[in-house]
Amino acid sequence: MAKKPLGPVRRTFSPWEEPSNQPFIEFQSVTKTFGDHIAVDNLSLKIYKREFHALLGGSGCGKTTMMRMLAGFEQPTSGCILLEGEDITRVPPHKRPVNMMFQSYALFPHMSVWDNIAFGLKQEAFSKREISARVAEMLRLVKLEPFARRKPHQLSGGQRQRVALARSLAKRPKVLLLDEPLAALDKKLREETQIELMNLQEELRMTFLIVTHDQEEAMNLADRISVMDAGHILQVATPGEIYEQPSSRYVADFIGDINFFECTVKGMNASVATLDSAELGTTLQVEVGEKPQLGSSVTLAVRPEKLRISFEKPEGENQNILQGEVWDIAYMGDVSIYHIKVSQDHTIRTIVTNTTRLVERPITWEDKVWLAFDYDAGVLLTA
Amino acid sequence: MQALPENEPASPQLEAEQHVATTSHSRWRWLVIAVPFLWLLVFFLAPFLMVFKISLSGQVLAIPPYAPQWDWATGLQGLQAFWQELSLDNYIWLSEDELYWKAYLSSIRIAGMATLLCLLIGFPMAYAMARAPKRMQPLLVMLVILPFWTSFLIRVYAWIGILKTEGLLNQFLLGLGVINEPLVILNTNIAVYIGIVYSYLPFMVLPLYATLEKLDTSLLEAAQDLGCPPLKTFWTITLPLAKPGILAGCFLVLIPAVGEFVIPDILGGSETLMIGKTLWVEFFSNRDWPLASAVAIVLLAILIMPIMLFQRQQQKSAEVGL
Repeated sequence: MAKKPLGPVRRTFSPWEEPSNQPFIEFQSVTKTFGDHIAVDNLSLKIYKREFHALLGGSGCGKTTMMRMLAGFEQPTSGCILLEGEDITRVPPHKRPVNMMFQSYALFPHMSVWDNIAFGLKQEAFSKREISARVAEMLRLVKLEPFARRKPHQLSGGQRQRVALARSLAKRPKVLLLDEPLAALDKKLREETQIELMNLQEELRMTFLIVTHDQEEAMNLADRISVMDAGHILQVATPGEIYEQPSSRYVADFIGDINFFECTVKGMNASVATLDSAELGTTLQVEVGEKPQLGSSVTLAVRPEKLRISFEKPEGENQNILQGEVWDIAYMGDVSIYHIKVSQDHTIRTIVTNTTRLVERPITWEDKVWLAFDYDAGVLLTA
Repeated sequence: MQALPENEPASPQLEAEQHVATTSHSRWRWLVIAVPFLWLLVFFLAPFLMVFKISLSGQVLAIPPYAPQWDWATGLQGLQAFWQELSLDNYIWLSEDELYWKAYLSSIRIAGMATLLCLLIGFPMAYAMARAPKRMQPLLVMLVILPFWTSFLIRVYAWIGILKTEGLLNQFLLGLGVINEPLVILNTNIAVYIGIVYSYLPFMVLPLYATLEKLDTSLLEAAQDLGCPPLKTFWTITLPLAKPGILAGCFLVLIPAVGEFVIPDILGGSETLMIGKTLWVEFFSNRDWPLASAVAIVLLAILIMPIMLFQRQQQKSAEVGL
């Protein structure tokens, strides 16, 4: 699948780069076990004020357990959770300044939309007038004013989702937790809601923590993403870093599409490493930050869109050149994915944007083509 | 937020289903509907009309012990004479003799009290069952149903052995030294309460369990997440959502308990006044079938109100899809 380019940076917001900044939420070596199963394994994570943070991973990776521990529904087996420097590990859920939007929405079926949104406010010492004003404000925010008197079963899925959002925002929590909030919506509505969520977060200046298995959603929404697998966090970084500088093969493979080349390190020249690829029968060059050990086995990872395809042998310096044959073409509308067979048992995927309306493709099945990618287009993975 | 479609269109599949139902299957549908109606006609409406007719008759020393009888042979004239002999005397008698009103009120009071006790005992039971591990739940339901495997009459008789002066309960309490002399429970209203609560508890627990088991626990988590303490969550979320189960359980206990005869007869004493027992005495001891029929008709009239309320509640909760 094609990966959308990141585009301009939404804003320059990177409190995590300043070591003196106090984290807003902090997991300190938190472990959670259910019987023999270790859901979260000795995990530490810092989330900063006004950050939109995503916990991303497949099912059973421990991301939901992390969120439920922050909400107070689960107690960590060991370790502690801090909010604004205060230990909230033993604070019961109803006393935490954290609100959650449930995946199932969990709207109270016997209450109207108005009462659902007012529910949290009624638990606090708000006057009736304040409650009415706040509920009206929330209804306006999610554009549900005409539906205030309806019961949840009289609403569509998208409307219910917005009631759930309004209800979790009504108390102006310090942290809003979103548990797969858009999973039940169709694609178009999901994309619209993503934009709305981002605008909302900017407008309300709140800290958002979202749990999702959808990498596009995480990339689109979050300031930073924690990629999780089997109770561990594999990488915490901005979407751009996660995509362009994955720390491990798992992260590289989980986010977007990627080609892997198994290699051994043959030599180093300044910042360029020379790799020997047995399966391609050739050498590849890659620019590296950290020098790999000579002779060690590594993986070179290259995103499909970083590869150029041509009939002519490409000219120019600082690029790796491979020859192959078009094996398969997957037409996706906006782009086509070309599967190029470069050796007996190695196929490389590359993406060509369909810039013209020509259905007849200049490069087609069984064509002999050249592939090229720059030295700095690949990522060297040791893990 | 952006403008979104206000209403999702009705599912085309549903429309298609309705269409099919109104055309090719309509004959079958009538047949299916007719069966329960026929059943009700033969086994409820016809006997009811017979009892109602007897309640308008007078007592005589004959077989059957009421008059008038309508003879087909006398034709239209006979029917007219028969019609003129029917009267509301029995109902007037019922309203004038305070014994009956007291019996009705006492029955409702005892049944209502027993229903409340069933609810108080049954709710925690059903709640614990619904929150028990999933694999345990069928076993727990089974344990609730298990008493039905023994005859109701035998189970009520067994309580005599437990409650009587030298019975198991008194021996146990005397042995423990909690009491110095045996408690008199048998043949009092307390024994009747114990009997009714014991016998009808499953009818309370099962509908409550069915409702509570469906209750989405994420609703309780959502309430707590929004700052509602656990006890208040119970009152504001659990209890309102369990209402259909509570009502179903209460009606299932209240309605048969009002007309209960066996339990007050076996466990109750002379002070126990219940309409079921009164009816039995009128019917078998006094052989006053017409009056007994009138007692039964009035009992039905009293019970029809909660039954209708129950029906409406069931319909409402079906509409909401709770």
